Amino acid sequence: MGLLDRMGTVVKAKMNKIINKVEDPRETLDYSYEKQLELLQNVRRGLAEVTTSKKRLELQKAKLMQSMDKLGAQAGDAVKAGRDDLARVALERKVALGAQVESLELQIQDLQKEQDKLAATEQRLTTKIEVFRTKKETIKAQYSAAEAQVKVTESVTGISEEMADVGMAVQRAEEKTEGMKARSAALDELLEQGSLEDVTGSGDDIDRELNRMKASSGVEDELVRLKREAGR
Amino acid sequence: MIIRIMGEGQYRVPDSLIDELNRIDNRIVEHVSAGAEREFRQDLDRLIETIKQKGTALPAEEIVESQVIVPPSDMSLEEAKKVFNGPGLIED
Repeated sequence: MGLLDRMGTVVKAKMNKIINKVEDPRETLDYSYEKQLELLQNVRRGLAEVTTSKKRLELQKAKLMQSMDKLGAQAGDAVKAGRDDLARVALERKVALGAQVESLELQIQDLQKEQDKLAATEQRLTTKIEVFRTKKETIKAQYSAAEAQVKVTESVTGISEEMADVGMAVQRAEEKTEGMKARSAALDELLEQGSLEDVTGSGDDIDRELNRMKASSGVEDELVRLKREAGR
Repeated sequence: MIIRIMGEGQYRVPDSLIDELNRIDNRIVEHVSAGAEREFRQDLDRLIETIKQKGTALPAEEIVESQVIVPPSDMSLEEAKKVFNGPGLIED
């Protein structure tokens, strides 16, 4: 069985949970409508969460960039004072911060995508709920309980699939923001402590050694540049 | 034929497209069981691109059931494994 078939089964299972079969099919319509409104609230909450998380990361990025500027200036001062050792420390820290900024940028892009997707979802769901509401009133007005059955099944199945989809999308967005929240809290803590070594905590020994070499060659290059500027 | 791309909405595509989609789907199954992350990503992207290119987005006003459901574009290989073996994309 392919991934598409499996995915279809997963969504169908969700739909069956959403559709609540009651005796009078017209009640099914009302029940579904209530659930749709609840879901729309969830989407809006999810969207607000994602937006807040993104803003937080942008703020952290701005702070890190400020610190980088400051470290750059400190390194310059140290070189002028003939203290290469101090300059090296400042530049090493600046390189570490640069790596953090890069990783934050990726996360911000990720959240931006998520935000766009949820905003589109919110619009789509709002339209569908309105269409459903109109349909629901028509069905309730025009058909007896027995006659309404077919109409109800049609409209409820379609909207339930939408709801299963939207429900999962919101959940995934929440999981993403949760993960980022934890990481960004850790970063805040490190920023306060003033130490930013190995924040990512990932990579094996070789990776670390390569990164260290890359970082130190960047530091040496900049140190040479600063010395030249200082006329030494 | 109506296809839903999870998280993005529904598309109306020509029925003739099903063979091509099935071929990509079969490859995806192989990538998942082989644990081939990059190939999985490529073919999932290709699947979604094909649907978007050859289909037209269904207006939001239409409320219909889909014949085919495509996972979200950012689904990870790990999530795909769960869809095959376990509780689905998201546990209840």
